Amino acid sequence: MSVMDQETYVTADGRTIGGVLMEMRNISLRFGGVKAITDISFDIREGEIRAIIGPNGAGKSSMLNVISGFYIPQEGEVWYKGAVRPQMRPFEVARQGIARTFQNIALFEGMSVLDNVMTGRLNHMTMGLLSQAIWKGKAEQEEIENREVAEKIIDFLEIQHIRKTPVSRLPYGLKKRVELARALAAQPSLLLLDEPMAGMNVEEKEDMSRFILDVNDEFGTTIALIEHDMGVVMDLSDRVVVMDYGKKIGDGSPDEVRNNQAVIDAYLGVAHD
Amino acid sequence: MPEQLLWGMEVFMNGLMAGVLYALVALGFVLIFKASGIFNFSQGVMALFAALTLVGIMEGRVPFSHLINAVFGTSVHHFGWNVPAFAAILLTMVVMVALAWMVNRFIFRHLVGQEPIILFMATIGLAYFLEGFGDIMWGSDIKKLDVGLPQGINGFIDEITFNLLGYGFFIDNLDLWATFIAVLLVIALVMFAQYSKHGRAMRAVADDHQAALSVGINLNFIWVMVWSLAGFVALVAGIMWGTKSGVQFSLSLIALKALPVLMLGGFTSIPGAIVGGLIIGVGEKLFEFIVGPMVGGATENWFAYVLALIFLVFRPQGLFGEKIIERV
Repeated sequence: MSVMDQETYVTADGRTIGGVLMEMRNISLRFGGVKAITDISFDIREGEIRAIIGPNGAGKSSMLNVISGFYIPQEGEVWYKGAVRPQMRPFEVARQGIARTFQNIALFEGMSVLDNVMTGRLNHMTMGLLSQAIWKGKAEQEEIENREVAEKIIDFLEIQHIRKTPVSRLPYGLKKRVELARALAAQPSLLLLDEPMAGMNVEEKEDMSRFILDVNDEFGTTIALIEHDMGVVMDLSDRVVVMDYGKKIGDGSPDEVRNNQAVIDAYLGVAHD
Repeated sequence: MPEQLLWGMEVFMNGLMAGVLYALVALGFVLIFKASGIFNFSQGVMALFAALTLVGIMEGRVPFSHLINAVFGTSVHHFGWNVPAFAAILLTMVVMVALAWMVNRFIFRHLVGQEPIILFMATIGLAYFLEGFGDIMWGSDIKKLDVGLPQGINGFIDEITFNLLGYGFFIDNLDLWATFIAVLLVIALVMFAQYSKHGRAMRAVADDHQAALSVGINLNFIWVMVWSLAGFVALVAGIMWGTKSGVQFSLSLIALKALPVLMLGGFTSIPGAIVGGLIIGVGEKLFEFIVGPMVGGATENWFAYVLALIFLVFRPQGLFGEKIIERV
């Protein structure tokens, strides 16, 4: 029995990994006749960094979209915080504390960085249309409190200098960071990152890796991320799911996965005889 | 002071007031365009429909009375009661919210992700539907609308200007009220869009649907809210125009005057709609006053459109619109 099978355990760098936060059970997803995901099961534990890797077209993004409610699987169950999640729409999933970023960056281009980050706080603002108009003082108080959280995250991700800049003017690497900030502002129980390092140069990748680790360490946020860059993922994550052609071909610690023959074949190619 | 100049000043003032009414219609366009990228051709008809409904409720008319009478051979027209103006306005607002819900539920929810031109066509369809529906529901006769707004010459301004300049300005009380209400409305809308939770959500939805979903915004709720807001602005515009010139079907034509206003102000700017409205209002009145006599008058019919054309050539994004930048 390895250390990872225990109820909770402490990692080599001193972080505590808790019980199961989310569990995917026998998920299958089809688009017409195309099978994107076939019978995949895995779990995500509280406080861990969980990676889903695989070659292009393996179904990683589809998996993330199932978790965040953008796709609804034909078969299988999604368990979240110990209960089956009923079918819900993406915004309801978000309100349950699951925040995400997108592979192709989905930011509010016309709004400033601060405004973008503040949209992440929307679900923490309880006052409705009328109560805002009536209790102006209370509404201002609420705005200030949420603003403080947003500013803290902006500081944390080192984007203070562009707070007021419209997002459309930012370079790619910074946009990715702003998207991360917006997702973090929701103070999610589970943070989903869809290829956070896609299209970045080595330096930007290192920065992003550092931020992901810091977020996990500082806020204790559970993170599930998708990458196809093996090297980065192996350094970052506690456990890795490997997908290929919509099937799960490996699951375990980075070392286990690295030595898994099926994984090596999928990545390096295998001679067909 | 020469008489010509005084007259000019009076024309200018009246132009400002007329401009406010144009701006009110234009505001409804801007709201929906900002939040959903839909150019809502039916905004003018919505103002008409709101005014029709308001009159109908106030006078206790039976909706669809012509239809009912034709089918059942009855002769019902009135319930026999009158609803006070304030209650009737609230009831009309309820109708406008219901309309907003239906527009979203039955039309635009099914067109998510379609080309802007298709959404635009859908609003044209909506405009014709609503015009016909309003006709069947309330009848096509010209109705008088009186919600208690003061009308007629403002004696105070007349007296003051007469004492000061020796010439009394004719300013309509209704226009003054329209200006006051429009200013309040604009302040409220800008505050709402910039500083409230739902305003921020509204701007977010306008920008990116996917991203909005991912931060937990209910798109349908926001869309219904935006159409309700547009309905509210339409109601205000409908009250003003209806009080001024009676509730009649040509009211929907004022929507066309809102187009040049938008081209001037920019489709995405709330202040732009106001300034655009004022420029058109003042411009067409002054043009008629100064140039009109030389060309035989009736310049008010085309002045706004020519001005809009000139703007399209030299500043297509309007005075306040977001600058169109192509990244290469």
